[in-house]
Amino acid sequence: MAQIHVENVNKAHGGKPEAISAIPLRHPGRWVAVAIIALFMAMGLHTVFTNPRFKWSLQWSYFFSAQILHGVSTTLELTVASMAIGVTLGVILAVMRLSSNPIVTGAAWFYIWVFRGTPLLVQLLIWANLGALFPTLSIGLPFGHQFFVKQTFTIIPSVAAALLGLGLNEAAYMAEIVRAGIISVGEGQAEAAASIGMRKMMIMRRIVLPQAMRVIVPPTGNETISMLKSTSLVAYVPYVELLFATQNIYTRNYQIMPLLIMASLWYLGITSILMIGQYYVERYYAKGSSRQLPLTPLQKIKMRISKFGVK
Amino acid sequence: MAELMVSAQKVHKHFGRHEVLKGIDLSVPPGQVVCIIGPSGSGKSTFLRCINHLEKIDAGLIEVDGDLVGYRRKGDKIFELSEREVAERRQRIGMVFQHFNLFPHRTVVENITEGPIKVLKEDRGQVTERAKELLRKVGLSEKENAYPASLSGGQQQRVAIARALAMRPKLMLFDEPTSALDPELVGDVLGVMRSLAEEGMTMIVVTHEIGFAREVGDYLIFMDGGVVVEAGDPRNVIANPQQERTRLFLSKVL
Ligand SMILES: Nc1ncnc2c1ncn2[C@@H]1O[C@H](COP(=O)(O)OP(=O)(O)OP(=O)(O)O)[C@@H](O)[C@H]1O
Ligand SMILES: [Mg+2]
Repeated sequence: MAQIHVENVNKAHGGKPEAISAIPLRHPGRWVAVAIIALFMAMGLHTVFTNPRFKWSLQWSYFFSAQILHGVSTTLELTVASMAIGVTLGVILAVMRLSSNPIVTGAAWFYIWVFRGTPLLVQLLIWANLGALFPTLSIGLPFGHQFFVKQTFTIIPSVAAALLGLGLNEAAYMAEIVRAGIISVGEGQAEAAASIGMRKMMIMRRIVLPQAMRVIVPPTGNETISMLKSTSLVAYVPYVELLFATQNIYTRNYQIMPLLIMASLWYLGITSILMIGQYYVERYYAKGSSRQLPLTPLQKIKMRISKFGVK
Repeated sequence: MAELMVSAQKVHKHFGRHEVLKGIDLSVPPGQVVCIIGPSGSGKSTFLRCINHLEKIDAGLIEVDGDLVGYRRKGDKIFELSEREVAERRQRIGMVFQHFNLFPHRTVVENITEGPIKVLKEDRGQVTERAKELLRKVGLSEKENAYPASLSGGQQQRVAIARALAMRPKLMLFDEPTSALDPELVGDVLGVMRSLAEEGMTMIVVTHEIGFAREVGDYLIFMDGGVVVEAGDPRNVIANPQQERTRLFLSKVL
């Protein structure tokens, strides 16, 4: 050992010293953990493949059936549309909460209080049953002339109830996320933009919000994934999405567990795709904030391959 | 052109109960360089920010290039300007901040072209040409496509100056432009400011660089506690201060 040490010192005087070739530190704890995890995985896999009650072939036969595919596409549409409503309204609410007008701030605060303070399922049921509260819906002056009168059940079909329920609830959460993003951008940015003659709206749109995105995007990704799963509550509106389609099948053939597992696999698959998308969006908005962008998985693979190629 | 580029009379400003400016007077003819010195908290930044209406004054008046700041005179009445009009008037006043405040999500050239393209609605091609010329002028031609985070403080501040100049301002305000810089980077920024002064730009510079004030400044004011304690030719004030407070302050910074 002492000899190696001396040798290194000697070499340091003339040019670069040799790379350190020490014996790596042992991690016995890791091996125990690996053994335990491997055992549980083996047990899990064993039952998954040998327990006939999972009925994999039955699951497979329904996986791409027309009913299920229709449910999947409705779930996706609901997720996208509700998030669009939630994000748009959330930005508006966030800007309102940061307004200097106390009435505007108060209105936004009240909205967030109501929609965050009540369960989503209750909100969905209320939208679905709005007709009971207001048999007709009209637009006009309070206590005065009504310009527009319509039966509620004709204008709040279940798809509208689903979208209103999911979208308006989401807006309350998005408002807080967007607000956190906006206040994370230093005041100096708005001042610098104002000093070159920009107006408030333009400052918000071109200077503040793009920078706030770095803070807004990660939790919004989580919200999207959460929304994907929340759409299953719409089965109680009722509106046909993935869970409802699944229930339709198992109420007929009583294969409850296999079909619920099949639905879970669909949700998991879509969630995984969303996570990949989130990674790339985050990377896009990291532009300029860190000196070097992180590599994409594809770039990482390419780099490894090219390294091997050189050697 | 108006006789005075900036005319401030009895400017008062308070934050809550704290009176920060207690009657500031200042006249700046076109082409002059005015330096403002003074201890921390004396109200230098606040006064500078009042000139482009980033802060609203409580009493007195400020005119820039013959127009009231924040208000419009009609007959013997004074009307508050709309948000749009305030923004329009700021176009003529460039401002450089202590902490640069470049837009981190835009490249260097985009930082400079943002205002002319989006605010002045000028042609992108022409503006980009002008931006490149400005970058040459501040000695940063090769950094055109870099993001601000990858520049040194001195480079960022020179980009910030170019960004302000791209709006073709009539007046430039500098709020301690070199205070956040390492000593060896200060010279580059002061050099750019010096050549700007030689070209005849009207400038108001809050600074602790007494050398710059002496060599480039046409007029120097020393502020303390929200009032102008002493003002005059920088060489005289620095070499021969009349007030005890000025003497004390100069002995600390020199
Ligand atoms: N937005 C604000 N709200 C409340 N007080 C403020 C505000 N801006 C400035 N002040 C106060 O006004 C006083 C003057 O501040 P100002 O920034 O003008 O000082 P300064 O002369 O520029 O000091 P420095 O050399 O440290 O930059 C300080 O006491 C400060 O605390
Ligand atoms: Mg200051």
